[in-house]
Amino acid sequence: MPNIKQLEDLTTQVRRDILRMVHKVNSGHPGGSLGCAEFFVALYNEIMDRNDSFDMNGIGEDLFFLSNGHISPVFYSVLARSGYFPVEELNTFRLIDSRLQGHPTTHEGLPGVRIASGSLGQGMSVAIGAAQAKKLNGDGHIIYSLHGDGELQEGQNWEAIMYASAKKVDNLISTIDLNGQQIDGSTDDVLPMGSIKGKFEAFGWTVLEIEEGNNLEAILNGMAEAKSNTGQGKPVCVLLKTVMGNGVDFMMHTHAWHGKAPNDEQLAIGLEQNTETLGDY
Amino acid sequence: MKIYTYTEKKDTRSGFGAGLAELGRTNPNVVALCADLIGSLKMDKFIEENPERFFQVGIAEANMMGIAAGLTIGGKIPFTGTFANFSTGRVYDQIRQSIAYSGKNVKICASHAGLTLGEDGATHQILEDIGLMKMLPGMTVINPCDFNQTKAATIAIAEHNGPVYLRFGRPSVPIFTPADQKFEIGKAIQLTEGNDVTIVATGHLVWEALEASKALNEKGISAEVINIHTIKPLDEEAILNSVSKTGCIVTAEEHNYLGGLGESVARTLALNKPAPQEFIATNDTFGESGTPAQLMAKYGLNSNAIIEKVKKVISRK
Repeated sequence: MPNIKQLEDLTTQVRRDILRMVHKVNSGHPGGSLGCAEFFVALYNEIMDRNDSFDMNGIGEDLFFLSNGHISPVFYSVLARSGYFPVEELNTFRLIDSRLQGHPTTHEGLPGVRIASGSLGQGMSVAIGAAQAKKLNGDGHIIYSLHGDGELQEGQNWEAIMYASAKKVDNLISTIDLNGQQIDGSTDDVLPMGSIKGKFEAFGWTVLEIEEGNNLEAILNGMAEAKSNTGQGKPVCVLLKTVMGNGVDFMMHTHAWHGKAPNDEQLAIGLEQNTETLGDY
Repeated sequence: MKIYTYTEKKDTRSGFGAGLAELGRTNPNVVALCADLIGSLKMDKFIEENPERFFQVGIAEANMMGIAAGLTIGGKIPFTGTFANFSTGRVYDQIRQSIAYSGKNVKICASHAGLTLGEDGATHQILEDIGLMKMLPGMTVINPCDFNQTKAATIAIAEHNGPVYLRFGRPSVPIFTPADQKFEIGKAIQLTEGNDVTIVATGHLVWEALEASKALNEKGISAEVINIHTIKPLDEEAILNSVSKTGCIVTAEEHNYLGGLGESVARTLALNKPAPQEFIATNDTFGESGTPAQLMAKYGLNSNAIIEKVKKVISRK
């Protein structure tokens, strides 16, 4: 059994990383990053079967694709703290000449990143291609992907969702960050999408829900169940119900912190609510 | 003057199909994707021989480009097939982010480019695709001229590591390049020697340039015809060497003058050796329905139009 306390400590440290990264450059997307901190920590530490060193082709390991690239702070923090690059490099986030671009890219050669993302709606297609490459290679590992709920308004997703079930891409687990928020407001205000669960099911996917998407045990159990559903002829969708801005009280339950950095005072409050565990970068 | 003849006409898309079929037999990493246009792209043979390496994505080009990008992660070499319009304009951001910016080894293979698509009209006749693709950093842009060269180019791009846009067409056109001619990306091919004018042509316009040079030769004008099958990277040396001798140039392409081969040539000349240049290209316009020959005549993209531009450019020397 994983040591939940250790994972919780890591999550707290990742939250500190996120806050400090976006504060330093007064830009970036803390809300969605904080909401997915537990998911990333669980994914990279317990769920995925990963090789020690990074190789673009990722033969013989599980792979992850981030489609909603604006939550790069949580991605970078967890990649660094999983050993892909030095944690000190988090200091360079969004600065000139950095490998840590505002949105993730392979262009600068940052280990751990296999595709550029940021322009929304493209990641599921890429994940499907990587999953089909695994099948061609006789590689039984899993492809994981993460998508925002607002991102599902992009039509390419539905081309991909239709294709994945039609072609029985059953080595794919696509997680939707169901935080109900997007830049202009709640998803229900901006463009109500009805039942996302119903839509995925109608498109032929196996759909699982993680009601407590900020609870590490719930995530571990839910993702283990998702994994047990792979190889059954259907792609697997996980609806991860998260709270945007989770772990920093004034950032929670609002879209206000989607793409806004805290000021000095707000940073201090946020860090006070997440005391240092594994050491700041 | 070297005279080119032909015994057979074939469509360049069939050259693509033949090249892809050969790759299916020789390179196990080559995979193919199509958005509901297998017959039009002549992909049948590859599919028949390698069904497990073919992905029919349906009418969903954006998804196709993303899947192709993903397939490279795992070492595959994906060839996507659809019309040029749906290979570029429709999916520009998918190509830009998931393929070009991500540096993925995807071969975007585009048929029915330009006016010679014919009767379907302007919705399908893209004349902006070369510009769209050449503007993407790291993208190689190739527009071969006949069946043999398209087949050779298809085979050659599998060996090139990086994104490629391969443009070809629908109509049957003369086969005049040698079947055994090796395709070198970025290496222009000089077809005739001449002293009075350089004609740099790409795609279907190469044969028209040869026809024009024959007629010009009879009038005492010696034209140096260069086949620029690779628009990016451009063989600047070949162009500059020729213009140093002839002192003027006509560029010819089945594309808008904005963003096309002509603009790339003009930049090369401006930076290195300014010289009079005339453009055979569409003039910032959409196409329309008609037969390929009617359209090429109406929009000034045939040997007669080249002859007129040659006379004009020589008078500007």
